[in-house]
Amino acid sequence: MDELVNASGSAPLASLSEDQQLTLSGTWTLAYFHAIRQQLNAHDAKNIESLSLETVDQLDTAAAQLLIEWFGSERMQQQADRLPSQRRQLILSVIDALAVVASAPEIAPRRWLQRRADSLARLGQLMTALVHQQLYLLGFLGVVLTALGRSIWRPGRWRLTATVAHIHQTGLNAVPIVALLTFMVGAVVAFLGATVLTTFGATIYTVNLVVFSFLREFGVLLAAIMLAGRTASAFTAQLGAMKSNEEIDALRTQGLDPIELLVLPRVIALWISLPLLAFIGTLSGMLGGAVVGAVSLDIPFTQFWQIVERDISVRHLWVGLSKAPLFALVIAIIGCAEGFKVSGSAQSVGERTTSSVVQSIFMVILLDALAALYFMQMGW
Amino acid sequence: MNNTVIRVDNLENRFGTTVVHQGLDLTLLRGEILGVVGGSGTGKSVLLRSIVGLKPIDDGDIHVFGQRLTALDRRQRAALERRFGVLFQQGALYSSLNLLENVALPLVEHTPLSRHEAEGIARMKLALVGLPARAASQMPAALSGGMIKRAALARALALDPDVLFLDEPTAGLDPISAARFDQLLLTLRDALGFSVFLVTHDLDTLYSVCDRVAVLARKQVLIADTLENVAATQDDWIQDYFHGPRGRAAYANMKENR
Repeated sequence: MDELVNASGSAPLASLSEDQQLTLSGTWTLAYFHAIRQQLNAHDAKNIESLSLETVDQLDTAAAQLLIEWFGSERMQQQADRLPSQRRQLILSVIDALAVVASAPEIAPRRWLQRRADSLARLGQLMTALVHQQLYLLGFLGVVLTALGRSIWRPGRWRLTATVAHIHQTGLNAVPIVALLTFMVGAVVAFLGATVLTTFGATIYTVNLVVFSFLREFGVLLAAIMLAGRTASAFTAQLGAMKSNEEIDALRTQGLDPIELLVLPRVIALWISLPLLAFIGTLSGMLGGAVVGAVSLDIPFTQFWQIVERDISVRHLWVGLSKAPLFALVIAIIGCAEGFKVSGSAQSVGERTTSSVVQSIFMVILLDALAALYFMQMGW
Repeated sequence: MNNTVIRVDNLENRFGTTVVHQGLDLTLLRGEILGVVGGSGTGKSVLLRSIVGLKPIDDGDIHVFGQRLTALDRRQRAALERRFGVLFQQGALYSSLNLLENVALPLVEHTPLSRHEAEGIARMKLALVGLPARAASQMPAALSGGMIKRAALARALALDPDVLFLDEPTAGLDPISAARFDQLLLTLRDALGFSVFLVTHDLDTLYSVCDRVAVLARKQVLIADTLENVAATQDDWIQDYFHGPRGRAAYANMKENR
């Protein structure tokens, strides 16, 4: 027998006496659910005149439910009148509860065509949600920019302490991870380049490959992706926790602008941090390439540096870094906007945080691709 | 049959160097509703958590149905805990399941019932606590506070427990919902015959449903007795609690209703 709940007492038994009275005995509880049903189904309820429950030593709601469903509510109600008070109340409560259950309309199973229509409707909902999301982000951007416009002329209202604290968290604390990551990617790119270029006897162009890719793309892109994962999620979680704790509503009721107090310092901090991190990432990536060059490609540091100075214009650095403020704005806006969308529960904070990371990484890569096209067409 | 369901002897609970309980004794009798009161931070919830096994106790003994809690192995303990139903303060409904699945979960996991049979019982339990039939398919996030408490009660009752632990069941409910919840608790106790360990701050609940009241203060149970006897005890805190303005109002209410 299975691991039973309250497995105690003797098995339930229903025995028929000559005057069509069914005498129940033993333990009528959830633990003996199947045994009870078996006992009851052995008899035809229609032929039973009355029930005797005196010899039942335990009766719980689950067993009462089976009994009522088998015997019928109305007949059971008559039987219950003869029982001691507690049992009668139990049976009457279950009868009432079953009446409520029975009153619920049956939900018809969906047909094939309806299910297809449902999936179409879901697609439509998804699309409108996407459009609303973009409109909401644009709206949020507008609100942040007007708040910036209002406070930028009044240095008294600059939140210097908060901004510096956020620069510390989002910028300074991210330096080691960004530097390490770009260093490793730089080394990988150098190895890749060397593998391909050796076949043409052009190993030395590995230098150009590494430096070009990091100046124009990888330095800023890797830093931005790191911050999208690290900072956008943190912003959403921080603001989301405040939202669900009604702190943001508290600010509003005190006549304070949460955008100015909470969002602006974060946006500005990221604006300052990301270009710096992108610069560090670029240097560190080039260093990774240079180390691989010196160790395994016979390109000493001095030669590496000479090629950089001779062949590569500083313009590429500006092209790369020019994208950083845009990425920073996108990451900060998405992170904060998602935080403001949190409603109530802790579960919502988790959902919004996931959404903010996915969105900001997606937007960063999309914008980077568009920027690459633009710069190529402009010949920069 | 022995009438004591839970016996706590000389219980001690500590958090680091902070002693919450010391030499605490308490009994819960079969079929009674025991109200546990005390100021904030006197360890009412800690006591509840110790008995249901969520907090390991530091010293003393807890006997449940005559079995010593600390002497049981994991299987025995799990079997024992299935005879408990716990209603947490915030309801603690599983947020990813709808109400029907919330109530059916313990039935499916702990009994040989099929999902269909379990859902049949779960529907009945939801109706038993006074929820409308359409609530079964709703998610916990869509419910009001009163409905969450009821649904959580239905889940606590899923396995027809012998003891029900309620942690401030009426906190955060409006007076009408709270009064209905009290009434529901009384009706169910009379019908199903379980014992109730009720932690509360709500004086109206104390006056309207509790058979006995235990007062927690100074790391111990000061007194556990009928409400009249407790209210008559000469102790500053008890006097303030039961004879302050709120206590007097609740008392007057009870007199009126009887």
